[in-house]
Parts: sequence; structure tokens; C-alpha cells
Amino acid sequence: MNFDRIKEKLNILADAAKYDVSCSSSGSKRTNKNKGLGDSSGMGICHSYTPDGRCVSLLKILLTNHCIYDCAYCVTRKSNDIKRAAFKVQEVVDLTINFYRRNYIEGLFLSSGIFKSPDHTMERLIQVAKKLRLEENFNGYIHLKSIPGASDELMYEAGLYADRLSINIEIPTKEGLKLLAPDKNRKDFLQPMKKVRNEIDKYKSEKKLIKSTPIYAPAGQSTQMIVGATQETDAEVMYTATYLYKKYNMKRVYYSGYIPISYDSRLPAIGTEVPMIRENRLYQTDWLLRFYGFSIEELLNKEFPNLDSDIDPKLSWALRNLHLFPLDINKADKDMLARVPGLGMKSVYKILHGRKYRKLGWEHLQKMGVALNRAKYFITCDSRYFETKDYTPLQIKQRILSEGSSKYQKTLSSQLNLFS
Amino acid sequence: MQTVFIYDGSFEGLLTAIFEVYELKSDTVHIVTNAHYTASFFEEKHEVATNTQKAKRLWKGILKNAKPTDANLIYRCFLSELPDMEQSILKYVQLIFLHKQSVAKDFGEAYVFRLAEINKKIGREKHRMEAFVRFRKTKDGIYFSSIAPDFNVLPLIESHFKKRYADQIWCIYDISRNYGLYYDLKKVEMVHLELPPSILSSSTSIFEEEELNYQKLWKNYFESTNITARANQKLHEQHVPRRYWKYLSEKNLLEW
Repeated sequence: MNFDRIKEKLNILADAAKYDVSCSSSGSKRTNKNKGLGDSSGMGICHSYTPDGRCVSLLKILLTNHCIYDCAYCVTRKSNDIKRAAFKVQEVVDLTINFYRRNYIEGLFLSSGIFKSPDHTMERLIQVAKKLRLEENFNGYIHLKSIPGASDELMYEAGLYADRLSINIEIPTKEGLKLLAPDKNRKDFLQPMKKVRNEIDKYKSEKKLIKSTPIYAPAGQSTQMIVGATQETDAEVMYTATYLYKKYNMKRVYYSGYIPISYDSRLPAIGTEVPMIRENRLYQTDWLLRFYGFSIEELLNKEFPNLDSDIDPKLSWALRNLHLFPLDINKADKDMLARVPGLGMKSVYKILHGRKYRKLGWEHLQKMGVALNRAKYFITCDSRYFETKDYTPLQIKQRILSEGSSKYQKTLSSQLNLFS
Repeated sequence: MQTVFIYDGSFEGLLTAIFEVYELKSDTVHIVTNAHYTASFFEEKHEVATNTQKAKRLWKGILKNAKPTDANLIYRCFLSELPDMEQSILKYVQLIFLHKQSVAKDFGEAYVFRLAEINKKIGREKHRMEAFVRFRKTKDGIYFSSIAPDFNVLPLIESHFKKRYADQIWCIYDISRNYGLYYDLKKVEMVHLELPPSILSSSTSIFEEEELNYQKLWKNYFESTNITARANQKLHEQHVPRRYWKYLSEKNLLEW
């Protein structure tokens, strides 16, 4: 192995792949077979974290950054003047195996610029995965990118070796896509997604009848949207996400704050701050939809097309629906407990179990890790002391904001809002 | 007067001690390991001789009255080696025998909560070790890793590594507790080694020549995959606390 050459390629192709945020390595059921290498049946593991605080779980690289497309938001676009490189199939296999054996990674995340044609590119990606599975008996995690426009046959084959498949729709709205990636068509993204969904469904129903059905993409599929590159609203982003979750059974939709990489006048200028708070609020909304029983209309609608940046979406919802509170922590059902600001699902379970033994008071809740600074305005418990004053939503919001200090304080500067 | 029960630091020893607390019908007790014991005028001293029979009886009693989750919780908390660990476990066991049922979910009870808290710490450390172990390949083909976890979690990570690296010989060595796990392609064994101090630097007298190259590639990858526009040092150090850096080649490889 020529380490210097590999090092140079790794530099270029890891740098180009880093804008893909997905790094999860969980959700697969692939166990170690015949005393081979690796096992991805457990929970995901982050083996390290980069200085930007993001998890490093997979070896995330492009096979090549040569690309025939010219999407404005992408670093590897055709017209961008950057160093280009390409890995050989065997090089990726060797790197993956040697990194995995040293416990650096959970597996491989392989994406690619599109060279020659979508099918040609997809075929190469599959070759890597196939080699790892069949020749190296590798049972670690493999995440393959579905290439927009790849044929159904190839998408079927990809799912036989990969744990997860993903295709990034990148721009949340049709109009945005037309503006920034004129040669791409929304259908090219959705077709591979549809094929993968159908195959997963088919696998699930066949598996019930025939035990030996070969597993197909056990960790499902995911996608990513860039936020802040076009003028889209939070509602547009989240309605698109909800559609993808429902229609294509997505395991995850990722939101990636746009990092300025181009002088193109259609995009935010270089040096513009990455919209990290917005990204965070979108993820919070995503969680409320998937785990807390909220529906999208409750959180975002025509009247509230954008999320508050200074408070989280659950608190924001609760302040609009004060008539539902306060709740008695010792009586309320699970669904309503999950809607109390300051209560996460873990606290909800602790309360449900804990109250079987005794009535819970403030001191119990505090010990359980409930964020009482927010929750106290919305609950009563086994105590004579509770918030007796009738506050208006604005008063509650200001009291909560003045007590806590957000990690985003510097960028928020709520002082200005007092007068707005 | 308070009685101090002194045991040898083993799990069996602790179970024996708790058994004897019941046997001697002691009220105000305090359990410590002989390593941590300091004599005091105002305490009565009782030395516990580890007894497998007694330990087994107590263990059976716990399983009979409560559930495997309670037993598991007790064992995991024992591995924490925290100063209040013995006392919390004793109180927990007493709660089990008082209520004659599992108390693992009675989070309103202070000692149950404390054990749950310790268990969380243990779980976190276990998970960290599964993440932060870095194998280096020695000249004789052993994938070797040296670690110094906050808690004694080697027994908990054994099955994870055995499942995952079924086809390579590996050794994970806890430097601070001076014992390790060694897998010979068939089974995992506990080993004690005399390690040379040069083991921490990846010197070529011990490790394969290619080894350093892979560490460099890994560090190189680690740096390329970082997005400087999103720098967040606080979050970085929250996830990878500084005390672990010396075992991570991506943070520690100096000659680069």
C-alpha cells in the first residue's frame, strides 16, 4: 500500500464527504457470521468527535469527487476549481478493514460524485460493498449513497449488501431545486427512494413466510435537506420531512445548515454564519413528531410558518395552548406528560414508574432530572407549593428566558426582542 | 456504636459482608474494603472472610425476592468502586428484603435513585470504552490496546469485543487496575502482564511497521472530516473529555 498516495486521496475525498451529516451506525441487525469480522447488531457507537462536536462513527468518504453535475450548493460541482481524486475499489476495502480492525470505526459510509453516468457510479459503489461482504466476510455497518437516476436493478442489488441506503433531496422545495440544480429532476431522487421502500416492504412480508430471505437494507433509508440555502420557511422544510417519513418510511431525515462554499450570487455569501440554532430547532421538531406524539399541524401552520429561535418548539406550542395546563403529574396520562415542556421521554417513564410507589412531589421530580425551570408553570404535584399566579404566555416566556442561560445566548441577544 | 465490616474488595466479599450484616443483626453498619479502612476509636471492627457459600445464598435470595434487573444493577454498581457504593448497595438489598419485590423502578427512593445514577455512569463508561479502545497491531499479530477507565468496566465490555473481533487475536489491558482481557480466537481470558513503559508510544520494537502509518492515516482522516465553520470546542470536549486523549491516536499522535 502506498501510504503517501492514499493519504492524499483520503484528504481530498474525506474533505468532500464531510458535508453529509448522517453518521448513524445503529438500527442494523447484522450479526457476526462464521467467526468473521465485525458485528453491527448493537447500538451505534461514536468512536470519536471532531473539534466541531460532530460524531465520527463511519469512515465517510467519496469514491471520487469527479462529477458531471453542476449543483450550486455542492463543493464537488463541475465548475468548482478543486483538486480531484478517485479511489480504487480495493483501496477503499483495505482502508475500511484496517480501520475497523483497530476499532476506529463502525463501518463505511460511501458516497460519490457522479462520473460517466448514474448507473456506472452506482455499480462501483456496489462493488465495494459486495467485496467487503463476500470476500472479507465483513459484518460491520455499510451505508451506501443511492445515486439519483440509478436503475431499479442496481438499487435492488445495493440493498443486499448495504445496511442503510440514503439519497439526499438537499433542497426542500421544487422551486429551490430548479434554481440551484437545473440539470437535476426531483423524480430522479424519488425513484430510487421508492424502489428501496418497496424492496424493504417486500422483504418484511416475505421474511414472515420464508426464513432464508436475504436481508435487505436492515437499517432502512435516510435523507438530508440543506436549510438556509434558499428562502424556504421552517414549515416547508418540516412538511417535506413529514411527507418523506410517511410516504417513504424514512428512518431519519437530516437537516444540514448551509455552510457557504461558493461565490454564486444565488446563495448566501461566504462568511455568512451557519444557521445552527435553526438546525437545532428543526431537529427538536423532528423529535417531537417522531417520539412525542405531536402532529406537524400543531407545531407549524399558516399562522406560525417559522419556529421560535429563542425557545424550543414544545414550549412554544405549550404557550399557545395554555388552556390544557396545568397537569397533575400524579394523574396525567403518558401522552399528555410527553407534552409538558421540560419533560423528556426518559423523565416521563421515570414518573410513570415512580408514581406507582408513592405520590411524587417537587423534590422527586428534581431528582429525576426534570427541567423544573420550564415544567413548573405547566404542572402540579404532591405539594402545597406551586405557581398560583395566572401568567400570560409572554410572562412565562420571559421568566423562563431570564432564569436560564441558553448556550446560544451570544447569537440570540434577546435584549433586542424586548422592544419588538 | 457503629460496626465496620471490612471485606477484601471482591464482589463475593461484599455479598458475604452483607450476608453477615443480617447474620449478626447489626443495625448501624458501615462496609469498607481493607484498602480503604482506617481504624477509629468509635467503631467496632468486624473482618469479613469471603465465603462463597454465604455469597451464593444472598445472591439467590436477591434473585428470589426481586428480579434479574436488580441483581444486574447491584453487580454493575459494584464495578464503579465509588466510595459510597457499598453503603448504597447494602441499603438497596435491605429494601429488596423489606418489600419482597423488585425496587429497581422506585425512583422516588433515595438509594434506588443513587444506584440508578451510578448505573448510568457505569453505562456511559462502558460505552466510552467500546468507542475509545484503539487497537495497535504488534509484531506477533496481536491487536493490543491499553486503557485506564474511570470504573472497572472490563468485565462488561468483554462480550462486545468478542462478538465483533471474532477473527483476530486481541488484548485490552487496563493499566490502572493492572489486568486485561486476552482473546485467542476461541475464548477470552483474564491476564496480568508486565508491560514496558514504551507501550504507550507506538515504538517499532513492539508494533508492526505499518501500524504507525495507519495511525497517521486515521489522524489525517479525523482532521479532514472536521468542518471549521462549525467549530465547537466545548461540545468536542464534552464528548471526548481530555483525560481520554492520551489513548486516542487521532488526538495524541505527536510525530505528525
